[in-house]
Amino acid sequence: MPYETEVLIIGGGATGLGCALDLALRGIGCILVEKGDLASGTTGRYHGLLHSGGRYVTSDPQSARECARENVILRRIMPHCLEDTSGVFVVTPWDDADYADQFVANCHAAGVAVQELPLAELQRRESLLNRAISRAFELHDGSADSFLAARSLALAVESAGARIFSYHQLERLIRMGDRVVAGVVTDRRSGEQQRIDCAYVLNASGAWAGRVAALAGVQLTLVAGKGTMVAMNHRMVNTVVNRCKYPADGDIIVPIHTVAVLGTTDLHVPDPDHYGIEAHEVALLLAEGEKLIPGLSRYRALRAWAGVRPLYQDSGQRGGADRAIPRTFKLLDHRERDGVAGLISLVGGKWTTYRLMAEEAVNLVAQRLGKLQPCRTAHEVLPVPATEHRAHLPPLRGAAARYGAQTEHKATWPINGLAQPWGQNEIQGLDADYYYLGQHLGAVEQSQAAGDLICECELVTRARVLTALEQGIHTLDDIRRTLRVGMGPCQGGWCVYRTAALLYEVQQTQAQDAPIDPNMALRDFLQARWKGALPILWGDQLRQARLDEQIYVGLLGVDLIADS
Amino acid sequence: MLDHCIKCNICTNACPVAAVSDRFPGPKYVGPQAQRFRRVGQPVPDAAVDYCSGCRICNLVCPTGVPIAELNARARAQMVAERGLPLRNWLIAHTDLIGRLSAGPQAPLVNALLGWAGTRWLAEQCLGIHRHAPLPRATRYPFRARKQPRLGRGKQVVYFHGCATRAYEPHVGAAALAVLARQGYEVLVPPQNCCGLPLLSNGDFAAARRAHMANVRHLWPYVQAGVPIVGTSTSCTLTLKEEAPELLDLHSHEVQAVAAATYDIFEFLRHLAERGELCDAVRPLEQELPYHMPCQYRAHRIGQPVVDVLSMIPGLRLKLSPAASCCGIAGTYGLKREKYALAQAVGRPLFSFITQTGSSLALCDSETCRWQISHATGVATKHPIELLAEAYEL
Ligand SMILES: Cc1cc2nc3c(=O)[nH]c(=O)nc-3n(C[C@H](O)[C@H](O)[C@H](O)COP(=O)(O)OP(=O)(O)OC[C@H]3O[C@@H](n4cnc5c(N)ncnc54)[C@H](O)[C@@H]3O)c2cc1C
Ligand code: SF4
Ligand code: SF4
Repeated sequence: MPYETEVLIIGGGATGLGCALDLALRGIGCILVEKGDLASGTTGRYHGLLHSGGRYVTSDPQSARECARENVILRRIMPHCLEDTSGVFVVTPWDDADYADQFVANCHAAGVAVQELPLAELQRRESLLNRAISRAFELHDGSADSFLAARSLALAVESAGARIFSYHQLERLIRMGDRVVAGVVTDRRSGEQQRIDCAYVLNASGAWAGRVAALAGVQLTLVAGKGTMVAMNHRMVNTVVNRCKYPADGDIIVPIHTVAVLGTTDLHVPDPDHYGIEAHEVALLLAEGEKLIPGLSRYRALRAWAGVRPLYQDSGQRGGADRAIPRTFKLLDHRERDGVAGLISLVGGKWTTYRLMAEEAVNLVAQRLGKLQPCRTAHEVLPVPATEHRAHLPPLRGAAARYGAQTEHKATWPINGLAQPWGQNEIQGLDADYYYLGQHLGAVEQSQAAGDLICECELVTRARVLTALEQGIHTLDDIRRTLRVGMGPCQGGWCVYRTAALLYEVQQTQAQDAPIDPNMALRDFLQARWKGALPILWGDQLRQARLDEQIYVGLLGVDLIADS
Repeated sequence: MLDHCIKCNICTNACPVAAVSDRFPGPKYVGPQAQRFRRVGQPVPDAAVDYCSGCRICNLVCPTGVPIAELNARARAQMVAERGLPLRNWLIAHTDLIGRLSAGPQAPLVNALLGWAGTRWLAEQCLGIHRHAPLPRATRYPFRARKQPRLGRGKQVVYFHGCATRAYEPHVGAAALAVLARQGYEVLVPPQNCCGLPLLSNGDFAAARRAHMANVRHLWPYVQAGVPIVGTSTSCTLTLKEEAPELLDLHSHEVQAVAAATYDIFEFLRHLAERGELCDAVRPLEQELPYHMPCQYRAHRIGQPVVDVLSMIPGLRLKLSPAASCCGIAGTYGLKREKYALAQAVGRPLFSFITQTGSSLALCDSETCRWQISHATGVATKHPIELLAEAYEL
């Protein structure tokens, strides 16, 4: 029996999920298919920055404007996914000092709130930053957990009545004449195929969008720009730190959860599924990081990973560096563009602007379908998944969440002479429910669960792992994305065999359609972690890897597990 | 640096507090692990770190050199900076002041008052100092700084007595002076402050900084003249050597020079012995005595100087307390109402070791440990320097 729906969405990243929610809230039926886990594409492999817009005020003012607007909205609808770190743009001796004033002028022009931060205040807040920094500007940057946001979006989508099929890959698009009428998807766990009839296919498959379009015989050329990032073992800074210059490689450090992430590079790759991390990229990130935090490369690096940017080039404007390609998104109506109806592609953009992208795409679809309900996603606050500590813990309120008790600093928006970016009431709402660094530590103490941790580094309790397993999150990698199990300093050394054991226990008690072999899961997970650790394997992390190796190879014989 | 932690849990296994309490998740947890979740400017989310006694056993066993106890002390200081120092902790951290108030002609009165169960009950109710906690008895005749002999004549050494010798145990100071004099040293006792350790371990870093800088000012002229500083309190000397400079980020030339010139008294005597300058005219002491090397002494990382030096006394046999055992008191920790029972539990293996020796006397270098041991076992305790003084027939 084929499924039937109004809109078939391809891609379970931020964009696809945003579209699904928007459609569902407007009462338009939809099914989302994702070939892996939710957020396993670029959404889960990004830098973690909630953009203020500052990064793009010069290179791409349109994007900057969009980011500034969406920043406010996301703070309202998903505070639990965001940390209000604030952001600074700093002028180091390597940067053109004249750019600073131009930067501020461009911020003003793009409606991106900015204010100069006295150097003394900068040093008080971030004592490890280079003392040679000559000017600093504060903006509304934050950090964002895209995995958690994806889970929240999925919850909202499902409670609005739409369906999500993860581990379902789109194999074919079926055309009747010049119209796409259905997709055929394969369940990657069972291997079964399924046809889904629909009025529209919304292609939100990011860097893979060209391939999906090709299934309908449409040519869509994307530049796949790989960006590499390195996570450091702890947060040397608690504020997002950007170099105040035209955006380039390795010019930003984002504190997110327990780590500080250095990024990024930008290299063309032919295939969004296969790319390596080059030693020179890691070296560059550390060298550039040194300019912001002297001595940075002597700190412990945890792992490196990369994501691919789906950069869209209209056929006319080839050539030029990747960073010059506008990052603002493109909504492509293939009926207008290629004469193929029933297919819309949504490419480019940023995580920060996923909602806006979805809104515009759904406006188009809704108009075509003759549905008149307005978009509601800017006001619907997203639910908090049960796997979060927060579900049980009152959030840290008020200014304490922002900068803590000792700091007198309060965000002093609106800024002189600038149009106030949002209303006062909204600001008050803002302070309330952000994620803050000590949240998990506080929750574990409150629930006296220190003795019952599965992942000690990231403080994940047995109860949370069981909740995730009971909700059907079954691969170890999905559990990692959901709970951060295995993301800390030991990179799975102690937690993964425990998680695998819980997986085994749960599978014993609950009948599964396609049970997962815990041994294989363990081996595959370790293999993936190992891949991420390789590019940074020296010093402390090398020691850790040796210990992990002793545990898994020496003690548990994981290398002897045969393919099933 | 917390970055060095490889999560091996060796410290968790060795921590004496984690072994006896569910309230303390252990060194790895509260140290390198929790530190990744704390940030300056946001309230410390875990009060459990306050259950670290600061014994530093974790530092000693960590294979990668994580200064765990320091991470814990800093987290506690951050909590104190946020929430303020409770009156009780303020009082017991100001050992100097308390000592000055209680030692002297008023001492008998103070001792009588503190010996009375009613007062102790009141102190527990109002202040949170456990009614059975081992409090020392103040002395009528406090150990005082001497009139200053001039610097630079012959062999000289500065004696750092610490608060306890001054207010409670002048006899330890007297023994130290006599033993040093026997080696041909002129002993100078310049004015000095509390070393600041009780302030550090109660999280009052600002007061500790004042105390340490005052000591550096007092001691610097002697250090400059090449005179070593010798102390009988292992925790005072450890504080001068490294606790204060490291925790308070004090690294001036003067601070470093004072640190480098500071010795535990047996460490100093062992140096003399190595150079053949230690007087060996000792009488035999036919005795077998239990000896507990305090945690703070082990943290000096200088081996066992007491064992080395006392080995020259014929007939004396020392029975060493079990490796990595701790009496639990940790300075002021075991005085606190909520921690008293825990501290007793921590000390239990040590106490039973001491009672099993059947000896009526035990040796231990640190004053608060001595009080705790005597309190828990009923066995009298002495500083090893007192025994050495006896052997010299001083
Ligand atoms: C290195 C890097 C750093 C970045 N940092 C930031 C940042 O800090 N802040 C920010 O706001 N933005 C950032 N971005 C941009 C942001 O990550 C992306 O714009 C955003 O995540 C894109 O989301 P998406 O849903 O469009 O794409 P994706 O997350 O890639 O989702 C597409 C999904 O489609 C699925 N798919 C593909 N083909 C099929 C198929 N045939 N069938 C089923 N499913 C399919 C894929 O598995 C994938 O999950 C960064 C991007 C990169 C590359
Ligand atoms: S200092 Fe002592 S009490 Fe504190 S964590 Fe280390 S071993 Fe445990
Ligand atoms: S002993 Fe050292 S390396 Fe091992 S867990 Fe403790 S702090 Fe970490």
